[in-house]
Amino acid sequence: MDFLLESLPQCLINGLTRGSIYALIAIGFTIVYNSTDAINFAQGEFSMLGGMIAVSLAGAVAGLGLVLPTWVYVPFAALAVMAVASAFELGAINPARKAAPVNLVIITIGGSILLKGIAMLIWGKDDLMLAPFSAARTIRLGPVGFELQSVWVWAATLIAVVLLHLFFRRTIAGKALRACAQDRTAGALMGIDAGRMTLIAFALAGAIGALAGVIVTPLIYVNYFSGTLIGLKGFCASVLGGMGSIPGAVVGGLAIGVLEQLFGTYLSTGYMDAFAFVVMLAVLLVRPSGLLGEPEGDRA
Amino acid sequence: MKKLSLLLLALAFALAAAVSGCCDQVADQNSAGPVALAKADQGAAAMVTSGRTQTPSDQAETKAGDAKPVPPAATKPAPADAKAPAEKAPAAPAAEKKIPAGEPIKIGAIFAVTGPASSLGLPEKQTVEMLQEKINATGGILGRPLQVIVYDDKGDPKETVNFANRLIQNDKVAAVIGPTTSGTSLAIIDALSEAQIPLVSCAASFKIVTDDAGKARKWIFKTPQSDSLAVEKIFDYLNQKQISKIAIMSSADGYGESGRDELKRLAPNYKIEILADEQFGPQDPDMNAQLTKIKGTVSKAIVIWGIQKAPAIIAQNAKTLGLTQLIIQSHGVASKTFIELCGDAADGQVLPAGRLIVVDQLADSDPQKALLAEYKKEFEAKFAPDKISTFGGHAYDAIMLVKLAIEKAGSTEPAKLRDALETIQGFSGTGGIFNMTVADHNGLTKDAFVMVEIKNKDWAIIKP
Amino acid sequence: MRRDYAILVGLLAAVFLLPAFDRNIYHLQIVAVVGLFYIAALGLNLLMGYAGQVSLGQASFMGVGAYVSMILTHKRGYLQQWLGGGFETAVAWLSGQSWAPGGLARGLAGAGAVLVGGADRLNQFAIGHLYIAPLIAAAVAGLIALGVGAVGLKLRGHYLAMATLGMGIIIVKVFEAEQTLTGGRSGVYGIPKLWIFGPPADPSNYKLFLYYLIWALAGVLVIFAIHLVHSRLGRALRAIHSDELAAAASGVPVMRLKLLVFVIGAVYASLAGSIYAHLDGFIDPPMFGFMESVTLLIMVTVGGAGSIWGALLGVALLHTLPQVLTWAKDYEMAVFGLILIVAMIVAPKGLAGLLDRAWRAVWKPRP
Repeated sequence: MDFLLESLPQCLINGLTRGSIYALIAIGFTIVYNSTDAINFAQGEFSMLGGMIAVSLAGAVAGLGLVLPTWVYVPFAALAVMAVASAFELGAINPARKAAPVNLVIITIGGSILLKGIAMLIWGKDDLMLAPFSAARTIRLGPVGFELQSVWVWAATLIAVVLLHLFFRRTIAGKALRACAQDRTAGALMGIDAGRMTLIAFALAGAIGALAGVIVTPLIYVNYFSGTLIGLKGFCASVLGGMGSIPGAVVGGLAIGVLEQLFGTYLSTGYMDAFAFVVMLAVLLVRPSGLLGEPEGDRA
Repeated sequence: MKKLSLLLLALAFALAAAVSGCCDQVADQNSAGPVALAKADQGAAAMVTSGRTQTPSDQAETKAGDAKPVPPAATKPAPADAKAPAEKAPAAPAAEKKIPAGEPIKIGAIFAVTGPASSLGLPEKQTVEMLQEKINATGGILGRPLQVIVYDDKGDPKETVNFANRLIQNDKVAAVIGPTTSGTSLAIIDALSEAQIPLVSCAASFKIVTDDAGKARKWIFKTPQSDSLAVEKIFDYLNQKQISKIAIMSSADGYGESGRDELKRLAPNYKIEILADEQFGPQDPDMNAQLTKIKGTVSKAIVIWGIQKAPAIIAQNAKTLGLTQLIIQSHGVASKTFIELCGDAADGQVLPAGRLIVVDQLADSDPQKALLAEYKKEFEAKFAPDKISTFGGHAYDAIMLVKLAIEKAGSTEPAKLRDALETIQGFSGTGGIFNMTVADHNGLTKDAFVMVEIKNKDWAIIKP
Repeated sequence: MRRDYAILVGLLAAVFLLPAFDRNIYHLQIVAVVGLFYIAALGLNLLMGYAGQVSLGQASFMGVGAYVSMILTHKRGYLQQWLGGGFETAVAWLSGQSWAPGGLARGLAGAGAVLVGGADRLNQFAIGHLYIAPLIAAAVAGLIALGVGAVGLKLRGHYLAMATLGMGIIIVKVFEAEQTLTGGRSGVYGIPKLWIFGPPADPSNYKLFLYYLIWALAGVLVIFAIHLVHSRLGRALRAIHSDELAAAASGVPVMRLKLLVFVIGAVYASLAGSIYAHLDGFIDPPMFGFMESVTLLIMVTVGGAGSIWGALLGVALLHTLPQVLTWAKDYEMAVFGLILIVAMIVAPKGLAGLLDRAWRAVWKPRP
């Protein structure tokens, strides 16, 4: 019992960091899902690319003899991945927009493999690293210790959620996206160009993914296949929260992160990796619409 | 309808013929010298782009190796070697540089050059291609040129089996070296045993050379030091330091599992108690759950069994969480990349390692020193500075063992070659000094390892 | 239907005659493995092409087939060890608890002994009658599919894809983590040869025997699939695929039919996986991982979902490409990704669709 009480705060803190990463990825899944009804399996690769691009930028800047704080690279990486995601939408998703959602899912799987393959050709197969956002590394509060980078992760997640909220509530594009998510046909009747909405959604998902990629690289490094597992966990998070709901994605991500930590610390580390997927199956069984999703009455 | 089925029959035949034709054609292409060389260059380019900037001290290291005179043949004390003439010596006079002639001696190699295990397989392939060139420049084997046919199985057992069949059936090789990983090695044991062609594996698990009954498999050998040897070396060290309560953390993959089995099996022999037995995913974002658990125990040391980035993340997490235990890593992290990845948390970790990474700290009397220095120098000059890894060394040892066996047997007949392999004594390779016997097809002892500590972001041998 | 039969006859004739001309084990093994993956892909193809659902866990059904068959026939007795170990732990725990009467622990130990004995007899029986193992494995895979399908097919949409994704990862995790039952992450070596009619006098032709066995099984399963597709059931499935609501309105039991196809697909994959385990005598968990499931998906998609023969084209292409492109390993991943995208955009019906179009252009069907 003592062990439980002593280690609980540490668990929650670590779970929060992990969960924030999953939440950012889950938001990316949600945005694309809302505009296309497809699961974008390349979302994890968007964040891998973000990390890779930041590493390259840092290398180039270091080559000039300069040292800049790592957070400077976030907007550049986000822009670059936005461009990649837009290109992916224009080149692969848009031409197949009339196809069944099943075919779109397969295209995104193809995109994920393609991006991994290209990343391997450009950046090789080794783990690459990036300096933390701030020089001081660890913070200690009594028995609890965590990396300063974790604070950056939480802050970035919070800021991203707030910005997204403003975007969806205050801008025309955001409102149009929401309208499309609710009813695409009605949106089209109101003069919303669904194709453009999909493009915007992919660009946004790319930017969010890149943000996640850059902030976690100082903690977990990056290699060409490091996006896959995080992507799948983020997907679990978005199912748990309810496909299509951004608050749900955040709640789902944090929940998966914390639950994983608790499961690993108090039960078994052997099955810790699979735990998120067990949670996902349980959600599908009990409440397929997720924690915060609107129940879809479509019984087969 | 009859016409149709006849047509289809013809079509299917054409397809089958085309498939076999294609595969065979590529096999020939692969084995051709120029293609292999071009590929090696490509690999080197890839290494340079992916390699990070190296520190000045590392360059100095390379130079130090450079300056030493290298008389490898003289340093080999092995009686078995006495038969092999000086033609093996690369620094030998120019008179030895006769051009090998006749039918090439074909040896097959299967490595995971791409895929998840590529950081192991790529240096193996590079080493083999480098050695092939060198052996052929110094007289070949038995006066005949050596031809190594390398295939990339991506670490996928399905492809390994295909390539093994191809080497046996189409390329008709005298012996096979590789595969890179334990799983792919186990997958082709049957194929090679049934074809009666010796395999010299480059993978760690002792199951590869030993069957369930504990006997050596007749046709299978291997060069890397078994996990059990690394575990014994670590436990020796713990006994010396009078640490008896430890925690273990193993990676959720074949390497970690095999290490975990050995740690648990051998601990009682050394009176060591394992207080926590945790596992971690090789791609997990943090290992805090495992470490939090371990923090709650009274263990004095953590033994970590994993490769690539995860052990580095553990070192960092342990520092952040304020763990006070001594961190002991496995030999799987013995590369400069690991130290870089650890950052500030690198110093103070201890691990067993082959002598290759600490070659410039070895005593001059060390029988392996000259050979290791030469290999390191040549590899880094040809490919990338500071990229030497023990994995390439496993392939080096495999080729040299096969070469020695062919010379001993005076023949490339697989059966004679196998018998010769089994009797090799005192062969000094990169992994240690090999003494093969009927019962031991690895031939190494725990002395193949030295304990090293990471000090000032570099390796330092711990004097026993 | 007659065309399908004609193709099948031609194909089987070609495959069965091939060893008469070419005894090269390397070639035969590739053709044999193509046959195995064709069986698994055909199962997935029925689901995707006729029920319009995606499974991201087809390879894990192959894994269930392989592992169950291995556990039943391996002479090391994995099942007994696992059960024995489990009961030992439970009994030890129970006898340490003050609330539990001693009789309970003894009873549990007794039940454990009975179960272990039963497992041992099953093991011995399966070693003596090798054909039984793949059948039991197929039943296990079918049951798993039934459960997962019931969850994933309850609602319309991507739920089956999600459920099978989770299922596949969990199944492989069990293969990895339950070391005493499955041999763990290092894999299992020494799975007995599948001489279903008893070992012959000359055991050196094992690969050839399996080659024939695999393609004979493929023939049977293809015939079953052809009849399924052309039956009332097949028409109902196609109705579901084109308009689920209309089908339901016409009285088609939509969910039950989808579930049936999903279970059949799982059984196909399991049978292929069982034989796969006995082919080289070695299996390890990554052979049935998420990436393998995706590969099967690619095979079906590139070959052409909704065509019996599309899956074969896809499997043959994806299996021979790595053998032919040995010089291009570094580009392989990027090229595969690109092929998948382009195939989906240009030819959503896959290679089979393209061939079909070409066929119709050249060979006008008689009225």
